[in-house]
Amino acid sequence: MSVTSLKAKLMQGNQACAEGAIYAGASFYAGYPITPSTEIAEILSERLPQVGGRFIQMEDEIASMAAVIGASVTGAKAMTATSGPGFSLKQENIGHAMITEVPCVIANVMRLGPSTGGPTSPAQGDVMQARWGTHGDHPVITLCPNSVQECFELTVKAFNMAERFRTPVFIMFDEIIGHMRERVVLPEPGQIPVVNRKKPEVGPESYKAYEPVDETLVPPMASFGDGYRYHVTGLTHDETGFATTKPEKMAAHLQRLHDKINNFLPEVVDYEEQSIEDAEVVLLAYGSVARAASRAVKDARAAGLKVGLIRPITLWPFPGEAVKKAAAKAKAVIVAEMNLGQIINEVRVAVEGQAPVYGVLRADGEPISPTEILAKIKEVL
Amino acid sequence: MNPEIAQYYRVNKLPHIWCPGCSNGIVVRSIVEAIDKAGLDQDKTVIVSGIGCSSRAPGYMNFDTLHTTHGRALAFATGVKLAKPELNVFVITGDGDCTAIGGNHFIHAARRNIDLNVILFNNNIYGMTGGQYSPTSPTGTKATTAVYGNIERSFDSCKLAQTAGASYVARGNAFNTRQLTDIILKGIENPGFSFIEALSSCPVYYGRRNKKGGPADMLKWQRDVCVTQAAYDRLPEEKRAGKIITGVLHHEPQPEYTAEYAKIIEKAQGGNG
Amino acid sequence: MAIPAEQLKSPVTVNLAWCKGCGICYSLCPTKVLIGNELSKAVVAHPELCTSCRVCEAHCPDYAITVEGGPKR
Ligand SMILES: Cc1ncc(C[n+]2csc(CCOP(=O)(O)OP(=O)(O)O)c2C)c(N)n1
Ligand code: SF4
Ligand code: SF4
Ligand code: SF4
Repeated sequence: MSVTSLKAKLMQGNQACAEGAIYAGASFYAGYPITPSTEIAEILSERLPQVGGRFIQMEDEIASMAAVIGASVTGAKAMTATSGPGFSLKQENIGHAMITEVPCVIANVMRLGPSTGGPTSPAQGDVMQARWGTHGDHPVITLCPNSVQECFELTVKAFNMAERFRTPVFIMFDEIIGHMRERVVLPEPGQIPVVNRKKPEVGPESYKAYEPVDETLVPPMASFGDGYRYHVTGLTHDETGFATTKPEKMAAHLQRLHDKINNFLPEVVDYEEQSIEDAEVVLLAYGSVARAASRAVKDARAAGLKVGLIRPITLWPFPGEAVKKAAAKAKAVIVAEMNLGQIINEVRVAVEGQAPVYGVLRADGEPISPTEILAKIKEVL
Repeated sequence: MNPEIAQYYRVNKLPHIWCPGCSNGIVVRSIVEAIDKAGLDQDKTVIVSGIGCSSRAPGYMNFDTLHTTHGRALAFATGVKLAKPELNVFVITGDGDCTAIGGNHFIHAARRNIDLNVILFNNNIYGMTGGQYSPTSPTGTKATTAVYGNIERSFDSCKLAQTAGASYVARGNAFNTRQLTDIILKGIENPGFSFIEALSSCPVYYGRRNKKGGPADMLKWQRDVCVTQAAYDRLPEEKRAGKIITGVLHHEPQPEYTAEYAKIIEKAQGGNG
Repeated sequence: MAIPAEQLKSPVTVNLAWCKGCGICYSLCPTKVLIGNELSKAVVAHPELCTSCRVCEAHCPDYAITVEGGPKR
């Protein structure tokens, strides 16, 4: 497959994710097959060795997440992909990557849960798991595409953010987006910037593996094999990387993990607005549901109703400020999501009681239609 | 500390956290002596471990070191080795870490014959959590979760490794440090999955509860029960009961995973590999 | 011309700061060079008997013993 033949191509969301990974410079994938994410593994098993990278099918998702972290500490850009049950299994080692600040990307093509649930049924039931799935306090970056084009672009962005912030980054799409076929315009190399982690500028003698050197609070990361001989542990550690139980050191460690992301919210938080300026009804939807919501906005406007849409592109950190601002002028806020009420709670917090918040909630493996959303708009107005 | 081995330790982190008489320190010494004898580049050598008392070893070792999650060290190490095959990768693991929670990773890493040097510190107990029985606790063992005696049968982790596909399998013990160093060295020289079970001792939890005497007594017990296959074969039938065979138990070179993967890359890039 | 024991330069030295008093070295020393003190830490009682066999050093879990001379391990 030559690069030029890829310029504009009809492809599936899962394939766009795989190609986005290659574009971002991924050189390692470890995973375990699970519907509806499997195509990402299949495609990368073919594509990675073509670019000198490596693919491995591990014995389970716990091992896959572990191998991804192991690869990343050697300097590789590494990813894994999965769906609900596998996402659950990855959680412990995701926590390891968070506390050790190992950049990596985890794609979750969401299916209906809990448990085996509906393997081929689309859902958005893992969005709170992305936020709080692993134990303990930790910051999270989660991206959520609503088109095949965005699957490509947000996968590149996920790698860029993982490298920039030294953290695992989730890209969560529902089964509809994963399996939908759309035309994708593939950028030329260099067209989308590709970010690489900061490496130490000092020698091994003065390197402290977890000491930030600038206002980003992100410590430069040496690769294993570069001669720095440093220690990585999932225990709370101080700036040297070695375990500590001193309360002030533990607090400083966890606080920095939060600050390195929360101090840069304008750089991280991303969302799209449609007809929001004069909106009396504010819709909020993400992923494939945002497509139905966008249609509903157009139909409502055509019928003379002042309706607008906020589509979070980063589910985490949540674009709460934008929601708060829009709600100040609104008569009602409607959240449409393929679950029985998850992001709606985040919206309620952001709205701060300025307007009533309603849900168009569905968890039966069926997509939410523009008609359903429109009906709700008419009901609340 | 003898200057011969000091370069391999983070001396400023010593003394270590292990209990008085815990044999973990002895086994670690054999590992670094084997690394020294093999002449491995210290900057290209990585030590990975899981969770447990034994898994705290990498924190004291002067290499790139990765302390992971309980049972998962082999999976992390697989990522390290596959992503950068030029690294020499060691895995330090406990009997619970490797054969209970990590059992699945253990058999699959062995099956792939990926070039890892795995040293299992077998103290027959969960040390870090205070003395619960492990998959290698002999039947009848007393443990905090087996106060009436353990009714489970124990794993022979060397047989398990061999059956799963490891190309090199050996057993040593903390008493016979020369033999232990030697079998680790041979494991390093084997390009493939090398599994070394090091019988170790936890005097605090296993020893006390099972009336095995003090730290020195536990080492002397190892001295008395461990025999090489050759010595075992020479023993009269009535003296064989209770003996543990040590030394190289299996060595059969097989295609190594990262070397095979290099051929995949060649093939994918249009070569004839 | 016997040198009094206390003046003999001992081939074996114990780093008491690292010694945890486990007793392994003085149990295993074949010639009883080492003994335990009141804290059961190792002390060199009979340096003149030391053969530099390095058994104590190899088995000290805390790297508290250094033996000079003797076989390279
Ligand atoms: C997922 C998980 N479960 C349980 C534990 C608690 N835990 C820590 S170490 C350990 C057992 C260690 O035993 P072993 O592997 O034999 O090592 P040893 O401490 O004896 O060296 C357990 C159960 C944990 N850390 N993580
Ligand atoms: S609990 Fe047992 S295994 Fe753990 S350090 Fe103490 S003696 Fe060693
Ligand atoms: S073996 Fe080491 S720790 Fe134990 S008593 Fe002797 S010097 Fe001390
Ligand atoms: S070197 Fe040998 S003889 Fe000398 S003190 Fe140590 S064990 Fe005893």
